[in-house]
Amino acid sequence: MAYVLLRHRDIPDLHKLDVYRAHGGYEGLKKALSMTPAEVIDLVKASNLRGRGGAGFPTGLKWSFIPKGAPETYVLINTDESETGTFKDRELMEGNPHQVIEGALIAAYAVNSHLVFNYIRGEYMDASYAFEEALRECRAAGIIGHNILGSDFSVEFYTHYGAGAYICGEETALIESLAGNLGQPWSKPPFPAIEGLYRKPTVVNNTETLANVPGILVNGPDWFKQMGTDDSPGMKIVCVSGHVEKPGNYEVPLGTTYRELIEVAGGMKDGKKFKAILPSGGSGPIIVEDALDAACSYDGLTAFRSVMGSASVIVMDETTDMVWAALKMIHFFRHESCGKCTPCREGTFWMERVLHRIYEGHGTEADIKLLESVADNMTGKCLCALGEFATSPVLSSIRHFLPEYKAKVAAGANGRAAQRTPAMATAD
Amino acid sequence: MSDKVTLTIDGIEVTVPKGTVVVDAAKTIGNDIPVFCYHPKMTPVGMCRMCLVEIGLPMIDRNTGQAMLNDDGSVKLNFGKALQTGCTVVVSEGMVVRTNTTLVQDAREDIVEFILTSHPLDCPICDKGGECPLQNLTMAYGRDHSRMVFEDKLRLDKHVPLGELIVLDRERCIQCARCTRFQAEIVDDPVIHFHQRGRHLQIVTFTEPGFDSYWSGNTTDICPVGALTTTDFRFKARPWELTPVAGICAQCPVGCNTTMSTRREAASGGRNVIKRIMPRQNEEVNEIWICDKGRFVYHHADAPDRLTQPLVRRDGELQPATWEEALDVVAGKLQLYHDSVAGLAGGRLSNEDYFIFQRLLRQGLGSGNIDLAEKRLAGGDVVAQVGLSRGSNLKNLGSGDAVLVVAADLHEEAPVWWLRVKQAAERGAAVVVLNARPTRLDKFARHTKHYEPGGALAAVRELLAFAQVDTGNSDPAALATSLMEANNLVIFYGAEGLTYEETSSLARMLANLLLLKQGGGDGAAAHAGRVNNGLIPVWKHANTQGAWDMGIHPAYGPGYAPVAEPGLDASAIFEAAADGQLRALYVAGADPIGDGLMDDRGNLALLVVQELFLTETAAAADVVLPAQSWAEREGTFTNGERRVQRYYPAIPPVGDARPDWQILAQLGERVGLSKPPFAAALAFKELAAAVPQYKEMDYRSLSRVEEQWPLIGRSDLYYGGTAYDNRWGLGRQWPAAAETGPVDSYELPAEVRSAPATPFGALNIMHIPALYTPGTLINRTELLKERMARPTLFLHEADATVLMVNDGEAVDLHLGSEAIPVEAVVSRDTPAGLGLLRGVSGAQLHGVFPATVTVRQADERVVV
Repeated sequence: MAYVLLRHRDIPDLHKLDVYRAHGGYEGLKKALSMTPAEVIDLVKASNLRGRGGAGFPTGLKWSFIPKGAPETYVLINTDESETGTFKDRELMEGNPHQVIEGALIAAYAVNSHLVFNYIRGEYMDASYAFEEALRECRAAGIIGHNILGSDFSVEFYTHYGAGAYICGEETALIESLAGNLGQPWSKPPFPAIEGLYRKPTVVNNTETLANVPGILVNGPDWFKQMGTDDSPGMKIVCVSGHVEKPGNYEVPLGTTYRELIEVAGGMKDGKKFKAILPSGGSGPIIVEDALDAACSYDGLTAFRSVMGSASVIVMDETTDMVWAALKMIHFFRHESCGKCTPCREGTFWMERVLHRIYEGHGTEADIKLLESVADNMTGKCLCALGEFATSPVLSSIRHFLPEYKAKVAAGANGRAAQRTPAMATAD
Repeated sequence: MSDKVTLTIDGIEVTVPKGTVVVDAAKTIGNDIPVFCYHPKMTPVGMCRMCLVEIGLPMIDRNTGQAMLNDDGSVKLNFGKALQTGCTVVVSEGMVVRTNTTLVQDAREDIVEFILTSHPLDCPICDKGGECPLQNLTMAYGRDHSRMVFEDKLRLDKHVPLGELIVLDRERCIQCARCTRFQAEIVDDPVIHFHQRGRHLQIVTFTEPGFDSYWSGNTTDICPVGALTTTDFRFKARPWELTPVAGICAQCPVGCNTTMSTRREAASGGRNVIKRIMPRQNEEVNEIWICDKGRFVYHHADAPDRLTQPLVRRDGELQPATWEEALDVVAGKLQLYHDSVAGLAGGRLSNEDYFIFQRLLRQGLGSGNIDLAEKRLAGGDVVAQVGLSRGSNLKNLGSGDAVLVVAADLHEEAPVWWLRVKQAAERGAAVVVLNARPTRLDKFARHTKHYEPGGALAAVRELLAFAQVDTGNSDPAALATSLMEANNLVIFYGAEGLTYEETSSLARMLANLLLLKQGGGDGAAAHAGRVNNGLIPVWKHANTQGAWDMGIHPAYGPGYAPVAEPGLDASAIFEAAADGQLRALYVAGADPIGDGLMDDRGNLALLVVQELFLTETAAAADVVLPAQSWAEREGTFTNGERRVQRYYPAIPPVGDARPDWQILAQLGERVGLSKPPFAAALAFKELAAAVPQYKEMDYRSLSRVEEQWPLIGRSDLYYGGTAYDNRWGLGRQWPAAAETGPVDSYELPAEVRSAPATPFGALNIMHIPALYTPGTLINRTELLKERMARPTLFLHEADATVLMVNDGEAVDLHLGSEAIPVEAVVSRDTPAGLGLLRGVSGAQLHGVFPATVTVRQADERVVV
């Protein structure tokens, strides 16, 4: 089956404009320009394309929230790909940048925006070279700028590089950061569709989401819905990493099972036994053996109290110390917490301290309870989703691997009995 | 549609204005939802999560648009998945809020626990301890033990100076962003912000000097913990030892209401001393803010060089004397010279002082030679006609209204007025600024006109002409139209670049603008006399308005009653003193020699000075009478909005100092007037009987309070910031003539004096104000030393080139025989052809005047 998103794997030099156009590039944009914006939105709605950044919000619906006749609106591409184990947008930007640009242009046309901003993760230099080169080609060819493709529709693109903050992938934090402010999310409402960048209606779409749009315009919603499941149509780039033979990006229809994903990635590394998966990087609960036949789709993991998220599948084999893995995750979230709201700022900090104590063998059984309690206290109280994300790998690892935690406590108790924890270094 | 919304909070139905947030709605029925980051004066952010409550909305059937009902007929409610922050959710019809469920109580306990994990709990040495929202909310909602292992706590710097005024304790900071939001949102000085993220989030300043803002002290009031403290109050006293006393700030004409926290302490010999000054809520004057000058300039009250006993010149030396001796000497000599006596007063005396001062001169000595020593701004008589009407509140100005500011720099002269005009602009009012140079208000102005130096009158005259005849599409026509079409019009005027006489004309022209009929028709009304309309003079001192009201003017008696035979005005008095025409001069609360208004005592036979300090004038006097500072006594000030406000004694008198009114009344008794009143309240009673505008006032009515919104300083855990509820009074405005009857327009002088032609090689100079300009009182607050405006001459690049002056160079400004040493600063904000002089007292620097500028030779350089 031919690639829909990672088409550069089939077609050499697809990042070049002439190659891209020779393979049907910008036909979707032409099609869109021949329609009314409302028709474009209806078409995308009909395809049931859902956001690929993790939340899965229907894209067409999101576009339709932009007030009609708003004098100034913006489209933001979210390429601040910072989720642990996610590297799909990078490959798209490096290999197939025009498809992202085309998708963004269609989005801009649909919501009557004349400015598109791409917020690119600062570390993605190679991706940005390719993207900037693609923008240059588009400007020269009249695809970006005044009266694109001879229409009366004009769009300009700006790129902005993030300075290394996970939270800036959250749409309101991204907007703040883009406007030059501290990268902290705000409490919604106002929603960006009503008051976003510079307090104007703003659409924020994930890079991969937009890469899906040109195909929908050219081939129609039914073509799109043939792929994937009813609730989760389309192809998805899944980032498989960890203990597999061939880690990497794999484009699969939504609904593919996690067992199949491991097989696609060459199976377990060195033939070791499977232990667990972090299905959405650090920000979703861990799943174990019983969920291997669950579908990788928006609702596929609901029964297993987890989520697909951005589909960064981190596979762990039997050798993995799950307390260590949980510590790694909470360290990441403590480091990335923006500090705006109390439960996340203090909770992630506290959880890391407790988990560190347990991991180092200084913990007690009461510490495990405390860890759960702190995580519970964060749940439902944070300003944005990050705080809740932070608790999920820890809570789920306790749920699935409590004996490992108890073993750490017991080992510590046998060795250095009742020693107080030395103060933890905070350098980072 | 109604502009009210009805909701239910814990079973109690409450109706509040649309747009109210849940926390405020609850507050109206006495339900204090705990908050840390929320502040009623700022946009909510929902960061601290302390105000989490259950919020349910009626479920609406999409097909019928009707509320869905339960089986029992009650409305079905959707409480959502999670708790919501009461500070960010705006009320809606039928909303149900639950604040006392287990879920909510647990959430509060959890949030307090989270905040305390990294809080040092050093309450015993914390300045906020005792009036700390965190302390109170911990007692109310916190757990009785900590689950955080002590060693796990983060250790952070506890003494981080954000400049020399404010200190940050990073451990205590709970990252609520009240301070950063106040600086950015309320006062537009975003000079502090968060640095880093997560638990490393910390407040940093990025200006030189640190925290460079006139408003920094307010952040310590609204800080819900002891993270921000002023270096003035830090480690000086515990809040529960302090007794609050109501004051009125004596630093500018705004008349900010303050609370002086006092304590009796051993370090001061068992005396009561002022430990700090905080704003006192008066939503019509200063809301809950004060500037740093008002907060920190009180140390002169306890300065070691205060005069403590009367001094009488004997054998050429000023020597201590008893009050009886001194008063007898003064009374005897005044009577001796009664046909040649004059009186000059400063701008900071109380109404009682002024009234008795003019009575001593007019009735006791039969002299009409009475005036303010320093005459910068005229127009008190005009303000009596068309001043800001009673019941006006700058907070009510918004869309459709206009504010005109002429020849004043509100940010430097009256910061709280700047703040309130800025906020009016943000609410949609059209702010129009006329000045010869850019000021900070320009940023918020809809129209800004920078006239030629000395061109203020011409600019206003043009405006007035276009306002009278609606013609043309020129800029001034549009400007005039926008003012005339405004629903409400408030006009501020100052004296920048104007002579005293010019300010008088300016006031009259602006009065005419206010008196023009809107729309021109017969039934049309003028702005003057209506609520939220009128003229506000930007006086230089706190009670210049009161001085006018009480008749400290050669041509007006109390209540603006014209005097049959006007006496000498200040400049005539100075002249007469110099050439010996005048025999005796009585100066109360002014330093004309120090201010350069008089060279010396001239040929006076008697100079009496009533003062706090041995000023240059006092040092030259025959008798010096020690007066009490405003902190030691009672009195009333009348602010620029003509609001008469009471202040109260906070500390005992220094030495034998007496209140000015008492000294003057005791002299009066000695020259044959009635016995002195026993108390300031009785002095005010005498005054109210003589001044018609004040006739309905007495000390009781001035100390009346009404409930103000937002509710501040009650049992509500200080959510507004200042620790004290205002129980001492809101003051009363007196009616301008236009409020009670028709007022005629003024006849304007035909010719407008233009700027003097500049002699070759000279530069036109204009004196501009700075909040921290050196002076008798402010100099005694050591704390502000580094912030004091240094003598500076701002030059345009082209002028600097012509004068061969470099940026930062030390130069001399030659005015007649005098040379003022200043630093030259080449500034983009300076108009070409005009030098702006700042940081010198400027009492004698009126209008626009030519001066030569020379570079000081290296060997002559002095540190300025």
